[in-house]
Amino acid sequence: MLLEIKELKAGYGEIQALFGVELSLEEGSTLALIGANGAGKSSLLRCITGLIRPTGGQILYNKKNIAAYRPYDISAMGIAMVPEGRRLFPSLTVEENLIMGQCNKREQEWTLERVYDLFPPLKGFRKRMGTELSGGQQQMVAVGRALMSNPRLLLCDELSLGLAPVVIKDIYRTLETVTKTGLSLIIVEQDINQAIAASNSFLCIREGEIVLSGTRENADRNLIAKAYFGN
Amino acid sequence: MIAWIDTLIQGVLLGGFFALSGLGLSLSFGIMHIVNIAHGDFLVVAAYLCLVICGLFGLNPLLAIIIVIPLMFLFGYALQKTILNKGVDGGELSPLLITFGLSIILHNLLQEFFSADAKSLDVGAFEVASLNIGPLHIGWLPITILVTTLVVYYILHQIMESTKFGMIVRATVDDPEITSLMGVDTKKINCLGMGLSMTIVGIAGTLFGIKSSFFPLAGGLQLLFAFEAVIIGGMGSIWGTLLGGMSLGIAQTIGYRIGSGWGEFAGHLVFFLFLLLKPSGLLSKETQHA
Repeated sequence: MLLEIKELKAGYGEIQALFGVELSLEEGSTLALIGANGAGKSSLLRCITGLIRPTGGQILYNKKNIAAYRPYDISAMGIAMVPEGRRLFPSLTVEENLIMGQCNKREQEWTLERVYDLFPPLKGFRKRMGTELSGGQQQMVAVGRALMSNPRLLLCDELSLGLAPVVIKDIYRTLETVTKTGLSLIIVEQDINQAIAASNSFLCIREGEIVLSGTRENADRNLIAKAYFGN
Repeated sequence: MIAWIDTLIQGVLLGGFFALSGLGLSLSFGIMHIVNIAHGDFLVVAAYLCLVICGLFGLNPLLAIIIVIPLMFLFGYALQKTILNKGVDGGELSPLLITFGLSIILHNLLQEFFSADAKSLDVGAFEVASLNIGPLHIGWLPITILVTTLVVYYILHQIMESTKFGMIVRATVDDPEITSLMGVDTKKINCLGMGLSMTIVGIAGTLFGIKSSFFPLAGGLQLLFAFEAVIIGGMGSIWGTLLGGMSLGIAQTIGYRIGSGWGEFAGHLVFFLFLLLKPSGLLSKETQHA
């Protein structure tokens, strides 16, 4: 098991966002985390990456509890995130944004050339500021930047947010290619169909609790809708 | 006409010093988002440090800068690591209060060790030597300060734009949270940033001690000038601080030309006008990077 989360509790000050979340992920598999706005999906990813310190529970990554680790240590262990809204560095060029991914000094599998092969349009924009690109191109940079950190586990937060359907399709197709190399993936999405189609299994989270889990093959739309909306 | 040209030249030369002293403040705000109330006092500390080094080793102050620089870097690094980084976690007001407290502590420590008497750093005849171009007499010391300022700005620009460290600093300024996800210890970057800021303060403080006398409470006015240069130039913009310093220097010398009591007032007036009409400054962070 690459990632195992047990009884995870976390929040922001006095507001609790996660109430005993449980999750497990096999190496090389893809998990979709679905749920409505404010359900706790992003909070869960922030816990895994160390941006939020959990108030209880365990995050076992490669059998090591990383719940109290700092984000830069977690990055060095091979967990990367594509954040919601891309969040490229506005002062940096496309290439510099990508190079930033290498700051964790992990052994190099991903190089600039490999990222440019994966996302050919980026090569022509390498000297442009990242934020000058279109939403889809910015998302490519955000994914490329995360890959440049040579992750074993990639967390994608709302990849499709604000993007045209054709661009979303392209990006998910690219991710499918990448996962064939053995990369594990957690996809957070509000678009249920997109997320489940791209994953081996799914979890539905509502009000900070896992309310439904299943595999892509046994995904029942009615059950999911019920879990998603809470009716 | 010649008198006005002379005023302008003297203004640019004076502005060179304001730009240099403001740069340290601009960096600490731009990188660590710390409004360093003790900035002027650190300038005075650097001058005293140089005084001690000159006394111990019998060095010329301009040569002693070589020792002042690494010591101030280490001081800045340690200050950020032990005190200011903890303050940053407590919100934006904490570092402001911490540096205010540091300012008071430094006043008392300096008075305890060096007394309230004014001191100065002696560079001999160089202090009054001047370059004579026709009717214009331009001091070599102000020229040295201006050249030093431009060199420091150039080096800093090169560090920020052409090195991996500079790239990481820019990323940290943009988004510290995402930078930490890239495997960067942003608190360490803050320490290095404060070290860099104090390095510049070390240079500016030594030059301040050479160009004028100093005493433990002299930092207050220097903080005000540095702050005005940063605000006029645009908070967080390094090149803006250069322009801000120049504007302040020119305003003050024009003020002095009008009347001896008008110099600093003219500078404050320009600062006030900027606050009123263009509070974002000449080059705000939104329009200018590094």
